[in-house]
Amino acid sequence: MRRAIAFLTRRRGGRGWHPTDVLSYAYLVLGVVMMFGPVVWLVMCSFKTQAGLIEFPPSLLPYSQKQVVVEGYKEPLPLFEVKLPDGTTKPMAQVRRIGIISQMVDPANPGQTVRVRFEDRTPIRELSFAWENYTTPLAQFNFTRYLWNSVIVTSVATFITLIINSMAAYGLAKYEFRGRTSILIFIIGTLMIPISVIMVPVYLVVTQFGMVNSLWGVILPGAATPTGVFLLRQYMLTIPDELIDAARMDNASEWQIYWRLIVPLSLPAIAVLAIFSIMWRWNDFLWPLIILTRNEVYTLQVGLNAFQGELQVQWHFVLAMTVVTLLPITLVFAFLQKFITTGIASTGMK
Amino acid sequence: MESLLQLPWAIAMRALEYPMRGIQRLIGERRMPYVFVLPNLLIFGTFVVVPLFINFFYSVTGGTSLFPDQRPFVGAEQYGYLLDCEDYLKPFSCREDQFWRGIYNTITFVSFQVTAMVALSLLTAIVLNRRIAARGFFRSVFFYPVLLSPVVVALVWKWILQREGVLNAFLTALGGDGIVFLAEPQWAMFWAIFVSTWAHMGFYTLILLAGLQSIPRDLYEAAEMDGTSHWRTFRRITLPLLWPTMLVVLVLSLIKSVQTFDEVFVLTGGGPGTATQLIVQYIYSTAFATQVHNFGLAAAAAIVLGSVLLVLTLLQMRLGSGKDKD
Repeated sequence: MRRAIAFLTRRRGGRGWHPTDVLSYAYLVLGVVMMFGPVVWLVMCSFKTQAGLIEFPPSLLPYSQKQVVVEGYKEPLPLFEVKLPDGTTKPMAQVRRIGIISQMVDPANPGQTVRVRFEDRTPIRELSFAWENYTTPLAQFNFTRYLWNSVIVTSVATFITLIINSMAAYGLAKYEFRGRTSILIFIIGTLMIPISVIMVPVYLVVTQFGMVNSLWGVILPGAATPTGVFLLRQYMLTIPDELIDAARMDNASEWQIYWRLIVPLSLPAIAVLAIFSIMWRWNDFLWPLIILTRNEVYTLQVGLNAFQGELQVQWHFVLAMTVVTLLPITLVFAFLQKFITTGIASTGMK
Repeated sequence: MESLLQLPWAIAMRALEYPMRGIQRLIGERRMPYVFVLPNLLIFGTFVVVPLFINFFYSVTGGTSLFPDQRPFVGAEQYGYLLDCEDYLKPFSCREDQFWRGIYNTITFVSFQVTAMVALSLLTAIVLNRRIAARGFFRSVFFYPVLLSPVVVALVWKWILQREGVLNAFLTALGGDGIVFLAEPQWAMFWAIFVSTWAHMGFYTLILLAGLQSIPRDLYEAAEMDGTSHWRTFRRITLPLLWPTMLVVLVLSLIKSVQTFDEVFVLTGGGPGTATQLIVQYIYSTAFATQVHNFGLAAAAAIVLGSVLLVLTLLQMRLGSGKDKD
């Protein structure tokens, strides 16, 4: 046994455990609970029924009371473990409850009802997933619409951003032309202008274009990201000019050089920008909140916020729709996590 | 998935080939970079640069109309209104008390949030930089909330903090009383700070971790051979060499923190009362969420915010260039 423990606690480099090692792991485990816990809790709760949500004390897994169909009764009846007068226990279905007395029926013997005292019965619970939390809002409320709007905004905006940013980056990286330096300074200078500082005038511009309550009003203002141009240009600077000269010798047009040579070569940087853009757009809130005031054009984030702000918050729906909202990003993260973290660590942006 | 993305791209690019060749023939190869830069500059100019100037126009005109030609010139009146206070330390003595409450709330929020952010991400980065098993896993655990949308982050915590929420269940199970956290001003502010720190600390942890990993290993090995204590190694090697990265993280988190809106807005709605209404929410509601849209006042407040951010950004650039020189 002692040797097994020694084996399990053996460290790289043959050193023993230092007290700070224990503290480190304790901190990390606490970190896992703090960082993942709330989201796991939300996902678990999103499968609970409305009755399950207000249950006290709450359980982690979505339990609900088991129900059985008993011959002679139209509705399925809730199942209880009943303590009978002779001391034995037996699962029975409750027909109705009057005050502290319950009228119970044995599913095996549906003809005969028994009167049982309220405190002699405990509900039989089973694991069950309330999928209707998901299906109802998607079918009855506008959530399918919101989902669709978010998908459109994210994909179209990312597409436009990738094209115009990579074009601009190529122009700024591989050509000498008058005004290049001033454009560059300009772009870097405005790197830090957030929408919160210019929301009123941008709203005016969008209104003038007639794009209030249109998805274009969400897509266009953020499409020309200075961060994207900057990131791609830095990458394209590393592509040797000789390649471009060789392509020109072969009579390639400048446009062909751009999309057949430069874009494929800058694919790693473009992929990083694509992931960023997807994250920015999917999670975008303040600007869509300003520009979209009609229910049918809401994105998922705005729709979710409106839904949770209603007077009677229907938490079982809100929780399920929150899960739908966080799912795509979580999937992207699960598959590309290494890519994203190194991308962020090397560019210092998000 | 990949071909799904590539197909529209390839179609668009190929479709542009002929017109682009025509343009090139027309203006010559040397002017082509303008064509490449143009679309980006057009959108950028329309939605960032022009608005930047219109913002000043809004801040010196009055009325409630969105359209510039219907707005009378009022000079510095909007600024005067914002700054009209009997005592700047008492928000309620100001004519526009909401603005000052926003400023004071933001100051409270920023000072606690940035402190917590830097301290926690430094601690986490140091722990993650040790020889630990499954480092990649733990790193992504701390990073995961960074990717979540502010609305999701706020709802995750709102669900935990609400009256019948799991935190209150714990408290009552331990024999305490339940607290309606988001209905009490101090608690609401605490949770606003907590939640936004929770959501963003992974980002700064990553930057600090990269900084820690760039410290040469042999320095630590030399210190170990000399029998230097852990604490001394940390103070004499880690801290000084990490200092530039720390400053970047500090200023970056300051800039982000001053602009906080989404999470807090969804979590508390600025409430109870105006206890957690931050400056960006003040600008948003003054311009868009009140009965009378006061665009001029919002623009003036936005310029005040913009100036603060400008100072912070210049500070950051100064730090960045200082780092290159070393």
